[in-house]
Amino acid sequence: MSTLFDEKIHETLADPKLQLAIYKATGRLVEERRKAIEPDICPDYQELRTQANAVKRHTIEHLDYYLEEFARNLEAHGGKAIFCRDAEEVSDFVLSLAKERGAELIVKSKSMTTEEIDLNERLEHHHLESVETDLGEYIIQLAHERPYHIVAPALHKTREQVADLLTDKLGVPRETVIEKQTMIARAVLREKFLAADIGISGANFLVADSGAVVLVENEGNARLTTSAPKIHIAVAGIEKLIPRAQDLAVFLKLLGRSATGQWLTVYTSFLSGPRRKNEIDGPEEFYVVLLDNGRTKVLADREKRQSLYCIRCGACLNHCPVYRKIGGHSFPWVYSGPIGAILTPQFLGVRHEPGLPFASSLCGACAEVCPVKIDIPQILLDLRSEVKKAETREGTNRLERLAFRVWAWVMRHPRIYEIAGMAAAALAPSRDSGWVRSVPVSAGPLRAWLSQRDLPPAAPKSFRQMWRDR
Amino acid sequence: MAARVSLFVTCIVDQLFPKVGMAVVDVLERLGYQVHFPEQQTCCGQPAFNSGYREEARQVARHFLNVFGDADYIVVPSGSCTSMIAHHFSDIFKKEPENLERARAIESRVFEFSRFLLDVAKVEDVGARLEQVVTYHDSCHALRALGVKDGPRRLLGHVRGLELREIDAAEECCGFGGTFSVKFAEVSGGMARTKIDSIVRTGASTVVAVDSSCLMQLQGALSRAGVPVRTMHLAEVLASR
Repeated sequence: MSTLFDEKIHETLADPKLQLAIYKATGRLVEERRKAIEPDICPDYQELRTQANAVKRHTIEHLDYYLEEFARNLEAHGGKAIFCRDAEEVSDFVLSLAKERGAELIVKSKSMTTEEIDLNERLEHHHLESVETDLGEYIIQLAHERPYHIVAPALHKTREQVADLLTDKLGVPRETVIEKQTMIARAVLREKFLAADIGISGANFLVADSGAVVLVENEGNARLTTSAPKIHIAVAGIEKLIPRAQDLAVFLKLLGRSATGQWLTVYTSFLSGPRRKNEIDGPEEFYVVLLDNGRTKVLADREKRQSLYCIRCGACLNHCPVYRKIGGHSFPWVYSGPIGAILTPQFLGVRHEPGLPFASSLCGACAEVCPVKIDIPQILLDLRSEVKKAETREGTNRLERLAFRVWAWVMRHPRIYEIAGMAAAALAPSRDSGWVRSVPVSAGPLRAWLSQRDLPPAAPKSFRQMWRDR
Repeated sequence: MAARVSLFVTCIVDQLFPKVGMAVVDVLERLGYQVHFPEQQTCCGQPAFNSGYREEARQVARHFLNVFGDADYIVVPSGSCTSMIAHHFSDIFKKEPENLERARAIESRVFEFSRFLLDVAKVEDVGARLEQVVTYHDSCHALRALGVKDGPRRLLGHVRGLELREIDAAEECCGFGGTFSVKFAEVSGGMARTKIDSIVRTGASTVVAVDSSCLMQLQGALSRAGVPVRTMHLAEVLASR
């Protein structure tokens, strides 16, 4: 039975242009990261990872404490903390605020959290215009798509495709030079920044001891989003907390390097509260939405709560040989790649796309590059076990379960195992040394194997027989 | 008296690649070890474990503990099976204190083949000769779970007549992944083809690894593509003369 997941994988693999685009873009990011963490450039890279993991572990274990501390310090600066359970509560808050202030236009800087809750769609549904101002996000908003990659949302689009899109949506002459495309977007977006009533950003970090929102970016659009409009709303998952401003010394070093190979991103903004009396710019109102949306459910699981350490650098995507084949849109939710494969089942339930935790060779490249050391392969294994438990409860996938039961029984009975091996070898079509391209009757796993690769010929004798004979 | 090592040959070598097992025996005996092959052995349980069937994996792992519980050294021609035994047994037995203790006791006595040669036998030159240009593929579990990286290269470096050429993406997965290879066959096949492209670019005639499962994936893809590169387990290279 083929699922939507399987179909999208097949489509992506069958598109050579897309394959090349994914491979080149991720390959470039892999190479940039490699250069940025070389021992002579970043000698304490492994220690930084250990430290980042320890800080995140501590924070997640004491999240209640740091949430309160953050809210208290934020409000001391004149900001306001808004606790939201889910997507609807966030959009209700934004909508009612917009209504009270008579707002019509919203500018947004890049935020996976707002993607997670489909905020743009929810606002547009209520006739509020919400414009993405990060170039990649703007492109995919024009195309009505969701991000292809956590860090590089339009990674899959070639410059030719972007040229067509801009012509089609904005009615501008076709332009294939990237710098000129950027200028087209810039001209549109500048007007939006000036006219916007509300700016919505995400948050890379929430600093508890200073009540500050930290944003990293390269385009400067987040600065405009958070300073030009009269109202700034930062939407952040509650796991974005870190205890102290000095912890940023660890995380900022890791985030840029892991994401794009930058020692630091071009802009790092520390936002703590609205404009003060003696300041010349900044918003008049400053809100931080602290979103649960399933995070406390993940937090309740002692083994898997480390999933919340993620700082959304995207390194696991770039290094994942599966992501590099199936791309971002094959994944069933906004988070793609290895981190998506562990977040999606935890947020949406293991039955949402039961195949997802199995779409991995468990090669471990993700865990190796994760700046906060999330043990993604181990979590995938745990999720696989949960999928099988759910299937047992529901009585689905019975044939596979039976096969593994029989297999386990055979493996506990060495004599039966040996006879079964001999029977399989006797039934195998080829006993010469050549690898087998096809067999007369194939089904299930055998057929799947042969769809891609040749099969090893049956060995005339098993090792144990050779051992006895020698 | 020669030290005794117990060979866990793995089910895939036993059934499909018995010559790899014989090569392991050959190398170990040349080094003066007395090789013991417990005939009750079958599998480590990894296929069930990786497929989410914890109880089935546990049953097979218990059998493994019964067969190998008393061994001084267990040598395994696979990084993947070694990491299952050394890293995941303690996970699957976390609610069985007695078996957990036995699993913990085994962790320090189970050795991937190249690790055993370097860390226990303390040899780099086993006296092998092979006139071939070879490249080495890092099996993921050997590399990332066990830290096996330089060892096989050092061993290959002492093989007379052998030239080792590095793959540009040596550490990228071959795409096997156990049941992943059939559950997501198209993705797995694509990964294998990417890998063989980089193998071909080395100009090597042979690709060497420490896991027969990766080699089965690679040989299957090489054979399907009609590429005249062959695969050899490290043990087969070291048994050549």
